[in-house]
Amino acid sequence: MSTESTAPRAQAALPVGRIGQRGRANKGGKGPRYARTGYLFVAPFMIGFTAMFLVPLAYAAWFSLFREQMIGGNVFVGLDNYTRAFTDPQLIAGLGRVALFFLIQVPLMMVLALFFALALDSALLRLSRTIRLAIFMPYAVPSVVAALMWGFLYGPDFGPLAQLADRIGAAAPDFLGADLMLGSIANIVTWEFTGYNMILLYAALRAIPTELYEAAAVDGAGPWRTAWSIKIPLLRPAIVLCMVFSVIGSFQLFNEPSIMRTLAPNVIVADYTPNLYAYNLAFVGQEYNYAAAVSFVLGFVIMAGSYLFMLATNRRSRS
Amino acid sequence: MSTTTAQRETTGASAAPARRRNRPKRSTILTIGMVAAAAYFLLPLLWLVVASTKTTGDLFSTFGLWFAGENNLFTNIANTFKADDGAFGGWLGNSLLYAVASALGGTFLAALGGYGFAKYRFRGNQAMFMLVLGAMAVPSTALAIPTYLLFSQAGLTDTPWAIILPSMASHPFGLYFMRIYADSAVPDSLIESGRIDGAGDFRIFFQVTGRLLTPALATVMLFMLVQTWNNYFLPLIMLNDPDLYPVTVGLANWQGQASSSGGASGDYIPLVVTGSLVSILPLIIAFLFLQRYWTTGLVSGSVKQ
Repeated sequence: MSTESTAPRAQAALPVGRIGQRGRANKGGKGPRYARTGYLFVAPFMIGFTAMFLVPLAYAAWFSLFREQMIGGNVFVGLDNYTRAFTDPQLIAGLGRVALFFLIQVPLMMVLALFFALALDSALLRLSRTIRLAIFMPYAVPSVVAALMWGFLYGPDFGPLAQLADRIGAAAPDFLGADLMLGSIANIVTWEFTGYNMILLYAALRAIPTELYEAAAVDGAGPWRTAWSIKIPLLRPAIVLCMVFSVIGSFQLFNEPSIMRTLAPNVIVADYTPNLYAYNLAFVGQEYNYAAAVSFVLGFVIMAGSYLFMLATNRRSRS
Repeated sequence: MSTTTAQRETTGASAAPARRRNRPKRSTILTIGMVAAAAYFLLPLLWLVVASTKTTGDLFSTFGLWFAGENNLFTNIANTFKADDGAFGGWLGNSLLYAVASALGGTFLAALGGYGFAKYRFRGNQAMFMLVLGAMAVPSTALAIPTYLLFSQAGLTDTPWAIILPSMASHPFGLYFMRIYADSAVPDSLIESGRIDGAGDFRIFFQVTGRLLTPALATVMLFMLVQTWNNYFLPLIMLNDPDLYPVTVGLANWQGQASSSGGASGDYIPLVVTGSLVSILPLIIAFLFLQRYWTTGLVSGSVKQ
């Protein structure tokens, strides 16, 4: 495993921080002659992207400015749907819930993923390949199946947790009740995605040149010290990337609560998360226009959240 | 005696390859901790396997994490495929069709595009790429609702296209990954020398440089396969016809019937449990056997060549 042979791949594994600083000299097609070829290469993707992404978004932005009325059909109402959304207690409650979810679940998951990645990378571990596979395995399980499975595990009838509690004569906590539901969903999401984040962090770790560790070892740093003082600071871009994915994922929470709704319809109400709310507005209430506005508000919150997050981490790394 | 062991250890250490010289001793405590963590990730899957071997009665009367007396697995599987006039087999086929078609098409688009963005300089390169990246923050509903309305106007809802087209095209991460990979894996000199030999740029791509992207192609394809196979929201809104459901929507539907039908719900529970197991087996097998590919792409440094 020489450093040279892995160098190009190593760069591929370090995603963040390379955008914007790419050297112009690095481009193969120099001069205007090849610009046309460049367009031809990106055209198929960009056409698909425009048709499946930009056009629907523009269309949604447009019809979020209308309201369907019993008499007179679609009426242009300007930003009315947005003012309604910003003061809609159901949407605000949903946003608060996913924000709380984000604050509890994501730090927990990231700490676990980081610890696992460092442990796998530390060479202190036996069975590291098997352990890596086991932790990553849930990523291959569809979130629908994960939610179904955990729903059974939480269940009071034949869930093993309730059975164990029963055996020691205690009452099992009501995992599907109003108090614990958010935590139960957080556990499902942690189960699904810790391995994925671990793999991303582990990939970034493997890309760190080993000379750095050798230098640290010469200076007498043990594996824990190396992890804390060298590996974690170098992992910052990868951690930020994982966090941004997590902001997006948490605020868009849909599949897990939507499956849990079949088990606990009174706990998971139609507006439990903003995405669930938008879905129910559109496909149950047929309020497409307002649903589009709600989705855009959610999109703004996500973008603002990701941006603020990157801004905060950038500032800290500069000072 | 102790001297001999000590000596053997010393010789063992010096005979080890140079890169292992600084390797610290393996830690048993850390290993135990990590095995415990791995158990948390595997136990639900073990439960699923165990539960699939049980009758409804055994599910309720025996401990969840261990087998009941009799093995009912094959009866359960047969029942799962027989229920609702064999709907389950159709759902599996649909999932396979949607996943394979989207992954093939999507990987092709991402490879061409990522290569173009990485290797060509043209006006708007950076701006277009940032636009695609920014799209990752758009909530799935914000996109799905208008896509549904547009597709229904075009008469495409309730067709496989309603799943395949959006899954193929709206995958910014594949493009992002291909761009970064192409940037470092394809040397500019290779393109230059191809041009000197008189080959067109597309011929260079399809015959020479594209091959250098193979590990990344496999990675992107695997991730797209998983993503489409696991997708729930898009098929949920696009498809009304149960014959077109992918397995995720089908199972969720069964689950809905299991919990809503009250007393009769017992019949659907083993179907949901066994169906869940059958539906994840292809992915888990793919992940185990194609490990080389997802690790090549992501866990780059660990590949020893």
